Amino acid sequence: MSKLEIKDLHISIGDKPIVKGLNLTIKQGEVHAIMGPNGTGKSTLAKAIAGHPDYTVTRGDVWLDGKSVLAMQPDERARAGLFLAFQYPSEIPGVSIANFLRAAVQARMADGEELDASGYYKRLYAKMDLLKIDRKFTSRSVNEGFSGGEKKRCEILQMAMLEPKIALMDETDSGLDIDALRIVSDGVNAQRHGPSSPGIMLITHYQRLLDYIVPDFVHVMYDGRIVKSGDKSLALELEAKGYDWVKQELAAATA
Amino acid sequence: MKPITEIETGASTENPVVGIDQTAGNFSYKVDYAFDAGTGLNEDTVRYISSVKKEAPWILEFRLNALKKFQSMPMPTHWATKDLENINFDKIRYYLSQGQKPKRTWDEVPDDIKKTFERLGIPEQERKFLAGVEAQFDSEAAYSNIKEIVAKQGVIFVNSTEGLREHPEIFKKFFGKVIPTGDNKFSALNSAVFSGGSFIYVPPGVKVAQPLQAYFRINAENFGQFERTLIIADEGSEVVYMEGCTAPKFTTSTLHSAVVELVALKGAKIQYITVQNWANNVFNLVTKRGVAHEDAEIKWIDCNIGSRLTMKYPGVVLKGERARGEVLSIALANDGQHQDTGAKMIHAANNTTSNIIAKSISVGQGRSTYRGVVHIPKHLKGCKNNTECDALLINTNSRTDTYPAISVRGDQNATQHEASVSKVSEDMIFYMQSRGLTEAQAMSLAVNGFINDLARQFPMEYSVELKRLIDLEMEGSVG
Repeated sequence: MSKLEIKDLHISIGDKPIVKGLNLTIKQGEVHAIMGPNGTGKSTLAKAIAGHPDYTVTRGDVWLDGKSVLAMQPDERARAGLFLAFQYPSEIPGVSIANFLRAAVQARMADGEELDASGYYKRLYAKMDLLKIDRKFTSRSVNEGFSGGEKKRCEILQMAMLEPKIALMDETDSGLDIDALRIVSDGVNAQRHGPSSPGIMLITHYQRLLDYIVPDFVHVMYDGRIVKSGDKSLALELEAKGYDWVKQELAAATA
Repeated sequence: MKPITEIETGASTENPVVGIDQTAGNFSYKVDYAFDAGTGLNEDTVRYISSVKKEAPWILEFRLNALKKFQSMPMPTHWATKDLENINFDKIRYYLSQGQKPKRTWDEVPDDIKKTFERLGIPEQERKFLAGVEAQFDSEAAYSNIKEIVAKQGVIFVNSTEGLREHPEIFKKFFGKVIPTGDNKFSALNSAVFSGGSFIYVPPGVKVAQPLQAYFRINAENFGQFERTLIIADEGSEVVYMEGCTAPKFTTSTLHSAVVELVALKGAKIQYITVQNWANNVFNLVTKRGVAHEDAEIKWIDCNIGSRLTMKYPGVVLKGERARGEVLSIALANDGQHQDTGAKMIHAANNTTSNIIAKSISVGQGRSTYRGVVHIPKHLKGCKNNTECDALLINTNSRTDTYPAISVRGDQNATQHEASVSKVSEDMIFYMQSRGLTEAQAMSLAVNGFINDLARQFPMEYSVELKRLIDLEMEGSVG
């Protein structure tokens, strides 16, 4: 069974430290919600693990199945089994979703191995049906002119097609109305069961998403660290008491 | 049989940053030329070319007159690039051939030349999807053939020497009329020393089902290729013409300066497709123009991937009512390359329409320039023009310029112009990488996406070829 191990991770943007010693282990099949107020380093964590060039790991390590990924290019990390569902997915004008995903699937195949086109489309259409995405979508350019909900569904579609070991989902609920939220959540939940279900790091501000994607663990992140961990009831407690409650507890503990 | 010697053409990756891959065309075989006009240009050069071609006196006169014009005209460096000053006309060889008569079968083509075209895949393409092929090697066509079924329809597809000699009654009337000798310095040069190129006549009502293709190959060093093409589509006829070009990369510069004239008579349609992939030591200075008569249509599809400097602005003179002109242009400028391309649309009759879509990609220190002219005079009505030019910059030191000159007078005509410049952002590349694509694959996909809507309008075989060339160019352009 695959697992992602984050060990004493420190991340900076330029000279500015953002993540300051974070430890977390995510196993395949588990859903870990990461909650916390704005600016505590949640998105930084996800992007740095995926290998974004703007983020520098200054200390600590990230292991996927016992091997450090830090020296790997972003594409190598992806092919090793990491997947980042973006908060703000990029538009790729002129490249259709079908061709983009096809290139991504092909990139995971051995040299000389040919993609079975009919099998690919069959699988693609099945996943699209699940996410209630119109077939016409496949010929549209990736994310170009998409609504917020369409972009997020497109991210989940890619995740379903690429079957990662570990998925980092960065505020997948932002910009979604309640119907879109339900569809996206159904799409994620459908991937949670079975032998190839990914381990999921679910980054969110709000408890609301966790009503739909019920986490196994909830972690509260504050000032670059995980300051509190618990089960799904922690999210409800946060919802009731607000983040100030965590801040006050922290202040009391360090006083 | 004498052995064929392949000549070392030097490393194709002179620039380690980009590692331009033009290996597909970067080879050259040692060829013994039976006819050689020597180095440098004067009256004797012109007389030599005319005599080996056994031309009629009026053609020699035409050439000599052109030489005078060429010598008297200044270099157009006041608006174009100073790089033109680096052409040394005294060091160029103006005519090299093994003979003036092209072979009708590949078996008759000398081995050393045949090998070149086989390596470029020309005979194979001919079998697959072409109605006729002309393969020019340096100054003359080594092979020229047209499928019997097309010839039986009365279609003429020969080289310029044959065209002027065998069919003066057809070609003399239009020769040098669409593009006069003194149009520019390089059209004058071509008019003085032209050799090779295609002469095509399509009789009234004949629709040539498959494309006719010419392939222009430069093999010799310090050489100038000056082909001359004239296509006449008679009333109601249709023809598609495709040209490809490659040359080995030499350390010295090579000159390619063609003149292409198209005449689409009433209701005729001509589509002219170019995939230019010269080595990046080639100055590619080409004049291309067509005249579209009443209800006729001329469409230029112009792809410029190679060369050191290309200056080319295919034009259409919309002479008859309801004539249509179109230019679809794709340019890719890599390190050490300047693609100065564009289009000219001259409206000269009522209810004429023109469409220009130009896309350029600048990689590394590559520079692309769009230069366009749209002219609709005051007395006309119901004319329409649409111009779109989009530029994509890959690196921060890539460069693009746009110089559109649109003059629309009167109040009964319409024009619209859109231009955009975009950059492949780091975030876009990261997004694609995070799906498992390498940086180079991501870049290729972004570039192919940029030209996708245009490339879709190309014939299948050529859009596949274009995509392959772009993938090659993008390899190693990142990192």
